[in-house]
Amino acid sequence: MNQRPFLSLSRRQVVRGLLASTAFGVARLAAGCSSSGDTADDAAKDAASTGGDDLVVGFIYVGPKDDYGYNQSHAIGAAAMAKIPGIKIVEEANVPETNAVQETMRSMIELDGAKILFPTSFGYFDPHILQLAEEFPEVQFFHCGSVYDEKVHPSNVGSYFGYIDEAQYIAGIVAGETTKTDKLGFIAAKPIPQVLRNINSFTLGARSVNPKATVQVIFTGDWSLPVKESEATNSMADQSIDVVTCHVDSPKVIMETAEKRGIYCSGYHTDQAPLAPKGYLTGAEWDWSSVYTQYAKDLLGGKTLMDGGIPHLLRGGFSDRFCTLSAYGPAVSEKVQADANAVKEKLIANEMAIYQGEIKDNTGKVQIPSDKKYDQKAIELEQMDWLVDGVDGKVAG
Amino acid sequence: MMQMQSWRKTLEFICIPLGAILAALFAFGIFCAFAGGNPFGVYYSIYRAAFGSWSAFQNTLIRASPLMLSALCTILPARLGLVIIGNEGAIVLGGLGAVAVGLAIQGGAPIIVQLGMALGGMAVGGLWIALVGILRHYRAVNETISSLLMNYIAIALLNQLVEGPMRDPSSLNKPSSYPIADVNMLGNLPGMRVHYGLLFGIIACILAYILIQRTTFGFAARMAGGNLRAAKIAGLPVGKLTIAICFLGGACAGLAGMVEVAAVHGRANISLNSNYGYGGVLVAFVARQNPLAAILVSIMLGGILASAGILQRSHGLPDATALVFQGLVFLSILYSDSLYGRFDFFKERAIATSEV
Amino acid sequence: MAEALGWLGVPLGIIAGTLRGSAPFLFVSLGECLTEKSGKINLGLEGTLLMGAMSAYGISYLTGSPWLGVLSAGVAGLLFGFIHGFLSQQPRVNDVAVGIAMIIFGSGLAFFLGKPFIQPSAPQLPTLDLGAWSQSPPVQAALQISPLFLIGVAIAPVMQWFFRSTRWGLLIRAVGDSPDAARAMGVSIYKVRLLSIMAGSFLSGIGGASLSLYYPGSWSERISSGQGLMAVALVIFAKWRPMQCLYASLLFGGAQAIGPALQSVGIDSYYYLFNASPYILTLLIMIITCSPKRTLTGVPGALGRTNESRL
Repeated sequence: MNQRPFLSLSRRQVVRGLLASTAFGVARLAAGCSSSGDTADDAAKDAASTGGDDLVVGFIYVGPKDDYGYNQSHAIGAAAMAKIPGIKIVEEANVPETNAVQETMRSMIELDGAKILFPTSFGYFDPHILQLAEEFPEVQFFHCGSVYDEKVHPSNVGSYFGYIDEAQYIAGIVAGETTKTDKLGFIAAKPIPQVLRNINSFTLGARSVNPKATVQVIFTGDWSLPVKESEATNSMADQSIDVVTCHVDSPKVIMETAEKRGIYCSGYHTDQAPLAPKGYLTGAEWDWSSVYTQYAKDLLGGKTLMDGGIPHLLRGGFSDRFCTLSAYGPAVSEKVQADANAVKEKLIANEMAIYQGEIKDNTGKVQIPSDKKYDQKAIELEQMDWLVDGVDGKVAG
Repeated sequence: MMQMQSWRKTLEFICIPLGAILAALFAFGIFCAFAGGNPFGVYYSIYRAAFGSWSAFQNTLIRASPLMLSALCTILPARLGLVIIGNEGAIVLGGLGAVAVGLAIQGGAPIIVQLGMALGGMAVGGLWIALVGILRHYRAVNETISSLLMNYIAIALLNQLVEGPMRDPSSLNKPSSYPIADVNMLGNLPGMRVHYGLLFGIIACILAYILIQRTTFGFAARMAGGNLRAAKIAGLPVGKLTIAICFLGGACAGLAGMVEVAAVHGRANISLNSNYGYGGVLVAFVARQNPLAAILVSIMLGGILASAGILQRSHGLPDATALVFQGLVFLSILYSDSLYGRFDFFKERAIATSEV
Repeated sequence: MAEALGWLGVPLGIIAGTLRGSAPFLFVSLGECLTEKSGKINLGLEGTLLMGAMSAYGISYLTGSPWLGVLSAGVAGLLFGFIHGFLSQQPRVNDVAVGIAMIIFGSGLAFFLGKPFIQPSAPQLPTLDLGAWSQSPPVQAALQISPLFLIGVAIAPVMQWFFRSTRWGLLIRAVGDSPDAARAMGVSIYKVRLLSIMAGSFLSGIGGASLSLYYPGSWSERISSGQGLMAVALVIFAKWRPMQCLYASLLFGGAQAIGPALQSVGIDSYYYLFNASPYILTLLIMIITCSPKRTLTGVPGALGRTNESRL
């Protein structure tokens, strides 16, 4: 046994590993030898990406760009931004919420010359964006969904988010008036504030026109679980729920299952009408195109987060074109449309608040007393941890 | 003659993996050409993004470091002939254990807290995989399948805990545990943006190599792995060996989880589940269960992962292209293992003549 | 509108979920059963499942014929099976490792080629409405059964008979149990295994078609959520018996419905653990049924051994 010289067993493997990690160098050599034109090409590409007067904007998505949902809504917005002269977009999809996203941001800054970054997933914020923002104070980071706090966050970080619950409120009105069984369903990923707010607004909207309406919530546990989501839709249909909506990353399968079961559905993130031509009532959609176009105009106009030209905390609902409503489907009667539109106009004119006391949660506890009202900007609403009366479901896992 | 022998053998060891990688690159180039990319541009970009500069290489190292520790979770039990793929579960729970300990003793001196977190992570990860070993030894439960199942269970546990009992109510839209204080975080290696996980990974791989090759424990494990019945007859405590080596493997993966928590995320949440586990299994097999080779293979995989972004950004290829590339490289290298001794050129002529 | 089912909805939901969701498990586990009987393990069926789902959806969309989609899913499975069968039988190459590499390669290829098919809706497979007798829409919906599922159910006993009573079945078992004896009989182990792996992979491809063309009936990159890997575990749960694969698949399909069905009647704690229940259950049953004192009946003797040489 002792005859075996040190490393003899593993020399092959070590050498192999060594080669593995340097072989790319050889590949590069091959590239260099076989076509010098390519390297020139590449250099030209470099120049194009870093040089010129174009403002380079990086977009990062946590999943695939075309998911009929969250990531797609941002990609549509990015595509709208890319059309503006003077803006160049670089994009990367399927970037996990680990230090991989830090490296992606760094690479966009260092290799592509990005001066503006839109890392769109919530989980990118802390710690990843915060760390990079400190390291690159001249680069501006715009993040979707976080709450900017000037006391702790660097000045080159901005946060934006839409009050899409306004659209969910209107969708709730449509659902509440259209339902025949007075039972609505909401399929949600996780009981987090953004999701709970959508559930509550949807429920409040439905119950504002139909006090008998109840909303059953099913949490699937993760952002994209097609089989579970489909199963949830089916079990809701079995419980004679006749309108379902959702807050998951990719609502495609929910809309399709609802259509198959012959019940109504209400979309989320993007327009899903083609998936359910009969049963699609309406949907709460993001309007990132308008938000990103506005950002682009500000940035091209020389405004920055650091000099205060661009607000650190940007929020908006219908009136600021952060969200829109899908076109009403064939099942929505003209009366319902008129009712919904009337409330929508009131929200746009800021004549009413969704969260106007008294509001009780579904355990009977008063969450908003009768003399109080939260307008959409209230930070309390972004920390919601309760479900409103009329919801069947529980927050704690 | 000995000189001759090693010269040809060495050449074989160089040429075969090199050829495998070149073949994978060639196949990938054709794939890119079909997808509308310029293969040579793609090659150059991959090189540039993974190894082209010190900064790019650090990107590679950052991605490589969790893979080294994760790979050991497969490599060590492989000495006993066990095929364990429960790395993901051990990483996730190791991270959870590290946070639990870190929060419990957060008042202590940073070095104590860090040590506590490391031990906590290693203990939990180790016990998780030791359980696989216990089931294997006492109930003859297939270790590959049980460890696969335990991955799912571990992830469910993580979710249940960080959204329930361990949840920090201020972690609004991404349920997480309470954070580790900044002073208790592991920093980066001096002069680099790579965290200490890289150092831990390299040290652990070297220690594992020594353990396997140079100690009686490693010798006993190898013997038991070679022939279980003979080992039992020789009076080796096979059960204890199984459990101990599974524990050590799991402890390495648990340490990887601790590093993710203490050097990257600062808290435990679902981001701990990010496929370092299965990456580690592949690294282990491509390195042919050799801990030293695992260091280099991890760096190679790190490089592939680091170059994934540039394929999308500079070449307009979809995000799945990087997966195709990874798949091709691994299939090609795994295949290349079967080629040793197949080429006449590398055969030992001296031996051949002496045999005749 | 029908009455709400309330608590009755839970068993109905689970039964319906079983009938809807078990087809992918069934096909993949039967495929894996065939593969493992020949002495090799194929973890790559997760990638095959995705590839099958993608190609079925894509071809169904492009040609308008879902059955052509099913066929192409099978063909995609055959090709993947060939790669796995070839690679995993090379000397010194480990089948588990090849399987994991095939998961990466297969899912990468499926995602890459599947990009254009995420947006459009493809024609779905027709269903057999066995619930037409009932007045209750939930029952009607529950009994809308996919012909693929019935085909799968039919394959299970056929495969059982195949292993027990046919020459070819015996051959595969011989190759899986004692390759040396088989070799002495003049059987080409390589060919038998290659064909078994390819046939198994073909079945998994069909399982993918069931995902994208029946239930949940759409193509997205998360469509399988690990069902392919799960089905591999299921084979061991079923002790390599095709009929038990059928029962186990029904159990696992039903288990997917437990979490949502319980929440729909108001039980909404611990849904992560409910969702993990199939895994916990499998592990428990493995612990109970395995024993070091006797070898597991049905376990192919050559499973997990390395390739010494290719003869």
